Amino acid sequence: MLQICKMKVGLFIPCYVDQFYPKAAIATLELLEKLGVEVDYPAQQTCCGQPMANSGYEHLTGGCNELFVDNFAGYDYVVSPSGSCALHIKEHLHSHDKEEAATGIRNKIYELTEFLTDVLKVEKLDARFPHRVGLHQSCHGQRGLKLAQMTELTAEPYSKPGSLLNMVDGVELVTLNRADECCGFGGTFCVAEEAVSAKMGKDRVADHEKNGAEYITAADLSCLMHMEGILKRQKSNVKVIHIAEILNGVKETVA
Amino acid sequence: MKNHAELSETFNKDEQRVNWHDETLWWVRQKRDKASHLIPDWELLRETASQIKHNVLSNLGNYLEQFEQNAIKNGITVHWAADAKEHNEIVHGLLKKHGITQMVKSKSMLTEECHLNHYLEEQGINVVDSDLGELIVQLAKEPPSHIVLPCIHKKKEEIGDIFHEHLGSAKGEANPQILTETARIHLRNTFLSRRAALTGVNFAVAETGEFVVCTNEGNADMGAHLSDIHIASMGIEKLIPQRKHLSVFLRLLTRSATGQPITTYSSHFKKPRPGQEMHIVLVDNGRSVQLGREDFRNSLKCIRCGACMNTCPVYRRSGGHSYHTAVAGPIGSILAPNLDMKQYSDLPFASTLCGSCSNVCPVKIDIHTQLYKWRQVIVKAGYSDKKKTLAMHGMAKTLASPTAYRLAGKAGRWVIKHTPFAVSNPLNPWYKQREMPEAPKESFGEWYKKNRG
Repeated sequence: MLQICKMKVGLFIPCYVDQFYPKAAIATLELLEKLGVEVDYPAQQTCCGQPMANSGYEHLTGGCNELFVDNFAGYDYVVSPSGSCALHIKEHLHSHDKEEAATGIRNKIYELTEFLTDVLKVEKLDARFPHRVGLHQSCHGQRGLKLAQMTELTAEPYSKPGSLLNMVDGVELVTLNRADECCGFGGTFCVAEEAVSAKMGKDRVADHEKNGAEYITAADLSCLMHMEGILKRQKSNVKVIHIAEILNGVKETVA
Repeated sequence: MKNHAELSETFNKDEQRVNWHDETLWWVRQKRDKASHLIPDWELLRETASQIKHNVLSNLGNYLEQFEQNAIKNGITVHWAADAKEHNEIVHGLLKKHGITQMVKSKSMLTEECHLNHYLEEQGINVVDSDLGELIVQLAKEPPSHIVLPCIHKKKEEIGDIFHEHLGSAKGEANPQILTETARIHLRNTFLSRRAALTGVNFAVAETGEFVVCTNEGNADMGAHLSDIHIASMGIEKLIPQRKHLSVFLRLLTRSATGQPITTYSSHFKKPRPGQEMHIVLVDNGRSVQLGREDFRNSLKCIRCGACMNTCPVYRRSGGHSYHTAVAGPIGSILAPNLDMKQYSDLPFASTLCGSCSNVCPVKIDIHTQLYKWRQVIVKAGYSDKKKTLAMHGMAKTLASPTAYRLAGKAGRWVIKHTPFAVSNPLNPWYKQREMPEAPKESFGEWYKKNRG
């Protein structure tokens, strides 16, 4: 649990997490601090630019990119509790006159769970969450950052978020019928293709419910926000929770 | 003309049907998983196939000429068609020359792409599709909804109704065995009475001038062997350099498509039998344009297995017809904009970019990356909604300014908290089937300033 090396981490909290899910951001910060990491949150940060880029407007993300480079160039690592935003930065961050700094960030940005397993090499956690938990493998984290093995491939299974959840006392991971099917959020897809998006979300939620999950967790809040909207509309008892909150040792009242 | 989102909304009006469609195709995806996981070197096989096709695309002109020379040596007549129109005219010209007014056709997505059936009907030629699935959609006067499973959107009861109307099966008969038998009898007569047969081509071998047609029903063979004239239509990207490369592609094709180790028939056609004419029509129809688009070039590696459709969570829940093009699904969505960027400008957006398509692709086409890239091309070419462009400019401006961002965030949370009716109403597509997220009293940024600042 003790991390002696003094690395300086810049915490990147995606825009919608900042605005709608501060609890997950606080849990990320506290968890990293508990693990002995010096964490800094650059106050001028906003967004990775993905909402524009995935809609076909990558050419409008220059402003976001420059801001991102200015905010995060000075850190040893950039860590974010979102696989999707981390992947976007990794694949698409460029700068007009600070390309070297941009390349540096592309190489040192990590999604939270991969930072814990690959950089901090966490082997145990001081956390308890006595619940049946369904792990939603968010696509960009899984197929983009390769946080877990993909069912399409003929290859050895592994799961970075899964291995961390197994370190939490009391967590019982449920087995899903479709281990890594997309939830249907997809950025602007969720409103542009409302019918299919909602149907995909309903089906994903049903898989967790059918297999007895009390909570659905993920390394991406965008998927959870979408599934939460569906669960609430259906008045389901199943709740969503970001993985950082479980790993940080969530207090029952907060959950 | 309705776009993918509108057509999907219609498809989703019958949720039970969507469930059935999704589960049927997911079952095929699972069969594909089982078959591929049994081959320890599966990923190596995919990489090998991808590299072979890379070589083909890099030397396409040479391989095409080599193939043409060898095919001619074998006694095959080779035709070149720049586009769909030329292809259709060549086929019609051959039939006309022989005074043929009836033709049997085995499965060929290229002829769907060229709308050959419609063209020939207008010229007074009767065409019967001999692949069972193709026959069903032809009788129903619908296009195929899937490149391998053309009538996957039809339930057996509906097929029973179609056969009752057109082939005289008993009313209400839905037993697949009996319906297949009905089609079989109908097709036997067709095979015996048609002087011309058209087949597709799965692989054309440059070194030998032969071509291979893969079917499960043997219908390509029945048509071709009983005909006086065999016409094979092929896209110019169907080439492989050597016969031995079939040992890679035949292992991949059907495992990816349906989970079978190999198609029931892998028929090699090399030369016409005595007295028969054999023709190959090599069709470009936009392929050389796509070859010139560096970002999209390797979409031409496609061997039409349909695995990307079966795995696509959107395709399974929107149906093949929602793509309003001959080749549906993820692969169709990166091929179609090349043919008509305006008409198919919606297709690259009909995806969550989940990436499953790229993982199942037997020739490792980076399908989801190309979907992302097509979005950029389409927007830059001006084929996006003006209102969306305006909104995106506003969003980009706000997110590039920390002050504007904080103000907008605060305002947004205030609206959700204090005037929920402003967002929680049917005009907001999010709200139709989902609740809005709750607005917390402070953002993380505000919390951090108070607690750590």
